[in-house]
Amino acid sequence: MTVLVFTLILFVGAYAAGLIGSLTGLGGGVVIIPLLSVFLGIDIHYAIGAALVSVIATSSGSAAAYVREGITNMRIGMFLEIATTIGAVVGALVATIAPTHFIAVLFGCILIFSAMNSLRKKAVHVLPESSPLAKKLKLYGSYPTASGVVHYGTKNVAGGFVMMIVAGVLSGLLGIGSGALKVIAMDNIMRIPFKVSTTTSNFMMGVTATASAVVYLQRGYVQPGICMPVVIGVLLGALTGSRILIRSSPEKLKVFFAIVITLLALQMIYNGITGKI
Amino acid sequence: MEKTKQALKDKDLQYIIGNLLRWGVWSSMTIAIIGGIIYLSRHGHETVYYPKFEEQDRSMLTILGDMFRGLADGHGRALIMLGIILLFATPVMRVIFSLIGFAVEKDRMYVVITLIVLLIIFVSVRGGLG
Repeated sequence: MTVLVFTLILFVGAYAAGLIGSLTGLGGGVVIIPLLSVFLGIDIHYAIGAALVSVIATSSGSAAAYVREGITNMRIGMFLEIATTIGAVVGALVATIAPTHFIAVLFGCILIFSAMNSLRKKAVHVLPESSPLAKKLKLYGSYPTASGVVHYGTKNVAGGFVMMIVAGVLSGLLGIGSGALKVIAMDNIMRIPFKVSTTTSNFMMGVTATASAVVYLQRGYVQPGICMPVVIGVLLGALTGSRILIRSSPEKLKVFFAIVITLLALQMIYNGITGKI
Repeated sequence: MEKTKQALKDKDLQYIIGNLLRWGVWSSMTIAIIGGIIYLSRHGHETVYYPKFEEQDRSMLTILGDMFRGLADGHGRALIMLGIILLFATPVMRVIFSLIGFAVEKDRMYVVITLIVLLIIFVSVRGGLG
């Protein structure tokens, strides 16, 4: 295979990954890794490096819009970034010593969990009053909705913080944004409204991924020839996905992709157990 | 009165950070695309070869040094690397701008929190204490 053909295949695959990642809300990174390692036989280390770089690009790109709309809570984001960046550095260091098949199996499990989680119905809730610790840390805010500005508070700061460390470790270890875990920490544990949770999680991904990406870069996981088509493809795919989502909410498509991703994850676990990765 | 003043400053900060993120992503992508075109025009016909991964341990300074040498020689791969480094710098710049914003608002607690985040990133740039 020539470099040109290889680059084009990577680009098309990454575009598909970005599109699926955006439509399902899973994120492009989590889809690109099995695509590269299962289908194209690329060493999982290079796949993780390229995925991390594309996570930084897509999350920063979409965070830009949400921040300007005033939905993202920058204080909550900054406070929890202490947890995610510590986790990310630890995760990246563990990745350098962890055996490849362990990473593949863990990745498959997280992928299945995220796919199932993306189908869950999201309850809308707003906590009127913050817990004392949340108040002290200024972890509250407001965001614009169609029916006016909504004020909200938070609680269970310690629980959310610990969950964010876990999200950071997985992000650094597997090269994913771990959006699903971040939203669980904010939405389910800290009771932050869903829209604020998702946008703030997105906002935090850039810094979290960078904290582990620089470790990956220094260990030689980031290959320019692989990263270039992957990052551009994932970014364009994600852009297309967000355009589609504005016009329609494709529930059936979501179920379909969740099944596809689960199969991909099972293949990855199988490859990991049989030592083919 | 104090509260509306802070809300106003928060709005300015949101606007600046939103723009910073957008420009960071688009400029780094543009550079990576130009680098990619140069790389493909020179090496596009070669056979692709990625050997089994071998762990390296290069410091950030070595990587930057190699990149600038490659840029001077007009290597496409070095230009892609510059795009990637700019992309890494984008969220870090965002944290630095937040630091300035919190300092202007005289929010001492969040200045400290932001400094802790920067410190952790600095540790990872130093190879994660490894």
